[in-house]
Amino acid sequence: MVQTASVQKKIRRTPSTITFNIIAYTFVLLLSIVCVFPLVLIVSGSFTQNSILVREGYRLVPAAFSTDAYAELFKYPEGIIRAYGSTILCTIIGTALGLFVMSMTGYVLQRKDFLYRNRVSFLIYFTTIFGGGMVPWYILLSQYLHLNNSYVARVFPLLMTPFLIILMRTFISSSCPAAVIESAKIDGAGDFKIFISIVLPIIGPGLATVGLFLALAYWNEWYLTSLFITDREMYSLQYYLYDMLNSSRFAQEMGMYLGDRELPSESIKMAMVVVVTGPIIFLYPFVQKYFVAGIAIGSVKG
Amino acid sequence: MKGKSTSADTGAGPQSRKKKEKGRFFKELKTNRVLFLMLIPAVLYFFVNNYLPIVGIYFAFTKFNFSGGLFGSPFCGMENFRFLWESGKLAMLTVNTVCYNIAFIVCGNTLQIVCAILLSRIGSKYFKKITQSVMFLPYFVSYVILNVIVYNLFNYDVGFINGVIRSMGGAPFDAYNTPGIWPALMVIFYLWKQVGYGTVIYLATITSISPELYEAAEIDGANVFQQIRYITVPLLVPTFITLLLFSLGSIMKGQFDLFYQVVGNNGVLYNVTDIMDTFVYRSLKQDFDIGMSTAAGLYQSVFGFIVIMATNTLIKRNHPDQALF
Repeated sequence: MVQTASVQKKIRRTPSTITFNIIAYTFVLLLSIVCVFPLVLIVSGSFTQNSILVREGYRLVPAAFSTDAYAELFKYPEGIIRAYGSTILCTIIGTALGLFVMSMTGYVLQRKDFLYRNRVSFLIYFTTIFGGGMVPWYILLSQYLHLNNSYVARVFPLLMTPFLIILMRTFISSSCPAAVIESAKIDGAGDFKIFISIVLPIIGPGLATVGLFLALAYWNEWYLTSLFITDREMYSLQYYLYDMLNSSRFAQEMGMYLGDRELPSESIKMAMVVVVTGPIIFLYPFVQKYFVAGIAIGSVKG
Repeated sequence: MKGKSTSADTGAGPQSRKKKEKGRFFKELKTNRVLFLMLIPAVLYFFVNNYLPIVGIYFAFTKFNFSGGLFGSPFCGMENFRFLWESGKLAMLTVNTVCYNIAFIVCGNTLQIVCAILLSRIGSKYFKKITQSVMFLPYFVSYVILNVIVYNLFNYDVGFINGVIRSMGGAPFDAYNTPGIWPALMVIFYLWKQVGYGTVIYLATITSISPELYEAAEIDGANVFQQIRYITVPLLVPTFITLLLFSLGSIMKGQFDLFYQVVGNNGVLYNVTDIMDTFVYRSLKQDFDIGMSTAAGLYQSVFGFIVIMATNTLIKRNHPDQALF
């Protein structure tokens, strides 16, 4: 420890290290500012009175602090609350179901004594190489499986991805030695029982990582809603926001000035963005490390 | 991920080999019955979601109408492809999709590698942690929010950039009617969204490099820049190649979310920002042209498939352990 400290000190003194540090700190700091800056504009916009926003444009710090936009937004909160509710529901159900099925699949595919593991893995992987394209898929789900205006359409397509199954397989094979499964088998435990009572409890970090990828996909989902949902009451949160933005821009372009009441004002839109993204930003500090761990494992072994 | 046949054939005729294969299957089914059952959900999912739609490729060769459905619509051969080709759409979309993806791969990996190297060398733990978190944040924000951000920055009347220009006495700039700047902007938006994710991957590789290498280099008198040049960068090459192969495999798959949310239905920008995926989506949602959009999608799939196969064959010949499958 003492030695490394002295080495560090020695490093700091050389001119090339000083140059490097200046470059490193400046570059990283600038990039971080660029990354967070647009988000600050939105938050600032949401706390600015609409008239000021329209007159002076977006500013980094609100010219006059105001929570009017939020008050206005929550005057008629039914739409937002409904979108929130359905999105939370889809996220929870989709994440739980996807996690269960993908960990089960990953478990089978890492069993060395399962003859067809490579063939099934390849069948799953092949879907990333070739497919029928988006349109036949859309026709199948909407015309033949009749998933229009059904929550199934918002949950089913995102349940599994080849990447996450392979990630899960890697997690299981690296944290659950084959010998443990072997000995449980000798003790008379069935394969499903082994999965439930031995494998699932020890792959907690893996479940967290894959679960977060799933939850993020469900939370940010707007594409499936745009394809399959026409009933406004079933919109996902992101699509609800998208629809609000689009309809007001459309009205603006057509020159339909309906007065402040009818068109969602600039600051209300920003407040809406904050409300929609809030939970992610709030949870972000706690979940970030699982993403980092998962990506690291996936990239090293995947 | 090797899809090779596992049967260890001993020179028996095809008939008996087939029988043997069948016997093997039933034996496996008997011993690992539960494992088969546990695979059912995944097999069903990929069958319905990925394999069944392949049948619908047939739409590409028909003049689709909803009353006829899959096999009742009139067959029209290569008519849809011919139209796409003769209108010049196919060439434009291919060029756009491929060029954007190449720009994303080159710029993205460069920036991510630079970031990872700089971050790995930063001594202050807090600074490192906070900046890394901030750079990763855009990855978690949905593309709809990116749509809002672009609007906030570039809107003619209230956009931040025009606000700054006006306050300096300049004439406002109408970005949404200036197609020329959009390729550069799209790359910037992509970088904004993805820089954190890739940095994490490269940073993981850097942390796995043995510190002894750096210590030895230091004793030999190598400065920071030399250490990076001769130790870090060469050791990042395998990771870069793996990522490159994956992205080459999806060279025909555009970043649909990015392009659709940022550009939307702004026709002025189509020539420079339309990619295969946005074109297919619009032909389906706005024009309801099932035959045409399936044809474009099929072209995209086949083109991508050929690129993957070619890349994989080349790699297999030269670096077998780096091959995708």
